[in-house]
Amino acid sequence: MTFGQLSRQCLMVAGLFLALPAIADDTGPLAGVPKPRAKANPEFGCVRPEEDMRKHHMQYLLHHRDETLRQGIRTKQFSLAECVNCHITPKPDGQYARFGEKEHFCSSCHTYAAVHIDCFECHRDTPDPEKIQESAMHNPHAGLKLTRKDVAPLSATVGEAR
Amino acid sequence: MDKKTNPTDQARRRFFGQVAAVASLTVAPGIILQQVAHARAPELPASDRQRWGILINTNKCAEGCDACVTACQDEFGWGPDSPNEKHSAPNQKAQWIRKVKLTDKQTGHVQTLPLMCQHCEHPPCVDVCPTGASMKRADGIVLVDKHICIGCRYCMMACPYKARSFVHEELHDQKVNAPRGKGTVEACTLCVQRVDAGRQPACVEACPEQAMIFGDLKDPESAISRELRERGGEQIRADLGLNTGIRYQGL
Repeated sequence: MTFGQLSRQCLMVAGLFLALPAIADDTGPLAGVPKPRAKANPEFGCVRPEEDMRKHHMQYLLHHRDETLRQGIRTKQFSLAECVNCHITPKPDGQYARFGEKEHFCSSCHTYAAVHIDCFECHRDTPDPEKIQESAMHNPHAGLKLTRKDVAPLSATVGEAR
Repeated sequence: MDKKTNPTDQARRRFFGQVAAVASLTVAPGIILQQVAHARAPELPASDRQRWGILINTNKCAEGCDACVTACQDEFGWGPDSPNEKHSAPNQKAQWIRKVKLTDKQTGHVQTLPLMCQHCEHPPCVDVCPTGASMKRADGIVLVDKHICIGCRYCMMACPYKARSFVHEELHDQKVNAPRGKGTVEACTLCVQRVDAGRQPACVEACPEQAMIFGDLKDPESAISRELRERGGEQIRADLGLNTGIRYQGL
């Protein structure tokens, strides 16, 4: 075994060890990446499987906003107001976190990823006061806990969304 | 199947149409069904089979009453009670709907009327918008797509009714139905979120004198069309040929 081969093997083994913590930790794609705060009621699933939402929520929202404003299609599945109603939960002091605070569902990830969003320049960043009770009491997604196999293949929906 | 409607089908349709008409008239004696609920399913887009409009009877509009204006403020969160807009001057603040008072100098006759976006068929604001943010929906409602509005305010210049406002300050705690933000232009939306849900605009609902009739201008049997047919209605600045959706009586 030459010195070059040996060092390459050492590197591979070292690489494996380095990768292990990331594989073992299922909180995110990389160890140390913050997980968005839990939604109002963890028993309710999201409107799409979580992994899909993590990757494609921006496309769904973009698609939905144009449909809603320009055509008046007001379905609730990808409505930003409904996201906020469900995902923005009170801080320990009972106040709702604003966008920009680390407890805010959207901020918790967007600050880490350094992705600037303008949604809350205009849209309300806390739940609809009239719907706070409602979203705590019942599932806005009609009792669906969606998994990947319940919904159409990803490619189909994303194709639609673009 | 043959795409042409066959004569039997047409006869059947006429028959059912007549049955429905008779049925709707005889629901109960003395009760006239004024308005049929026109709520669309949420997944259906607005269609050009409708054109929404408001007919305002200025003779019924009471001087000193601003119920329509406050209803609009409550619905959309603009106005003096807006907690965020503290620094801008009064003439910079949003004004989605305003009460206008007209005095005849010769006779001293005073009229008041609410003035807001007139929801033109040929809106000048849409013509001048450089980004396509100013737009008209299929059902005739003129809106600003704030997602792509760059705040250039050409539309404000173009509007003959001074119907549009610019937001000068950072806002928070907006109403859920009314996303509003600094650097964008806004105006009356004909309460589009209410209309989509089959309800009436807030101002129409709030008017204590029932001076406003909301409805579909393309439906000859709607209350607004019947009233326009029987008693007429004027457009403000009809000379511009904009064919406004808001009409006035008694001007």
